[in-house]
Amino acid sequence: MRFGVVIFPGSNCDQDVIHAANYLGFDAEYVWHGDTDLSGFDAIVLPGGFSYGDYIRTGAVARFSPVMNEVVRFADAGGPVLGICNGFQILTEAHLLPGALLRNQGLKFICKTSNLRVDGSCDWLDLPLGSVLEVPINHNEGNFTCDAATLERMKDNGQIIVRYCEADGSTGPDGSAPNGALDDIAGICNERGNVFGLMPHPERVVDPAGGGTDGQPFFTTIVRTLAEVAG
Amino acid sequence: MARYEIFVTYKAGIFDPPGATAERALTNLGYTGIDEVKIGKYIRMSGDLDMATVTEMCEKLLANPVIEDFRIETVEE
Repeated sequence: MRFGVVIFPGSNCDQDVIHAANYLGFDAEYVWHGDTDLSGFDAIVLPGGFSYGDYIRTGAVARFSPVMNEVVRFADAGGPVLGICNGFQILTEAHLLPGALLRNQGLKFICKTSNLRVDGSCDWLDLPLGSVLEVPINHNEGNFTCDAATLERMKDNGQIIVRYCEADGSTGPDGSAPNGALDDIAGICNERGNVFGLMPHPERVVDPAGGGTDGQPFFTTIVRTLAEVAG
Repeated sequence: MARYEIFVTYKAGIFDPPGATAERALTNLGYTGIDEVKIGKYIRMSGDLDMATVTEMCEKLLANPVIEDFRIETVEE
């Protein structure tokens, strides 16, 4: 099992992802944004950070990096792709995932632990529905939005994988998204379930030194999924 | 050489966090009668470019059609 972790100019969570994968006993290698060969990788992770300084819009420039053509090809062939934080923003800009990420409601950069409720399953996460995970968030543009038709389609297809919630898994009276995200959406997948993007940072809670282990399932699940596919 | 001014704004129905914050701040300053404040981007561009090319640039990179509309104005010399 070999993860490829793409480094864009301005990525800053790439090393965390490598560490998380290695901690769990998986190989992980950096992939440069100018690279055009993803052969040899079983799964691709677009890490968090501020690619291209977030200029124009978050992820808007990164999505035209040479490597992104290959990431799109890889995803179209069913290859698993995970976008974390800025990686999620890049995936929406590349139209591998629906919707977009706006500035946080209240305009504050938010850095705190968030509670996530598992509301769906995909290749990257397959936990009992209703499970609550503690995963940190660290972003300025995590306010997910999409049009009403897209939201309904995602609900019908079970594409909403994790929502922000209270510690007991409930949704607060005014919603539980710290950033104003539509329908408390924290992470979504594509229709096929192989491309998954989320604003929270599971890679930071893999090694218990990071303050928790709730991020482990995100990495172990995809390894299991691939093993099952390989039979 | 052609000159263009491009205005990028959120689509109707898309929540505009900077606009909403500005609206609240202005209200807190005592201004009344505000119906709506929207904040967008202003881009100036010049070069050997026709309108079709500038439109394509907006669709591809300068605006995100999922959340934003854009308007291009030609600036007369």
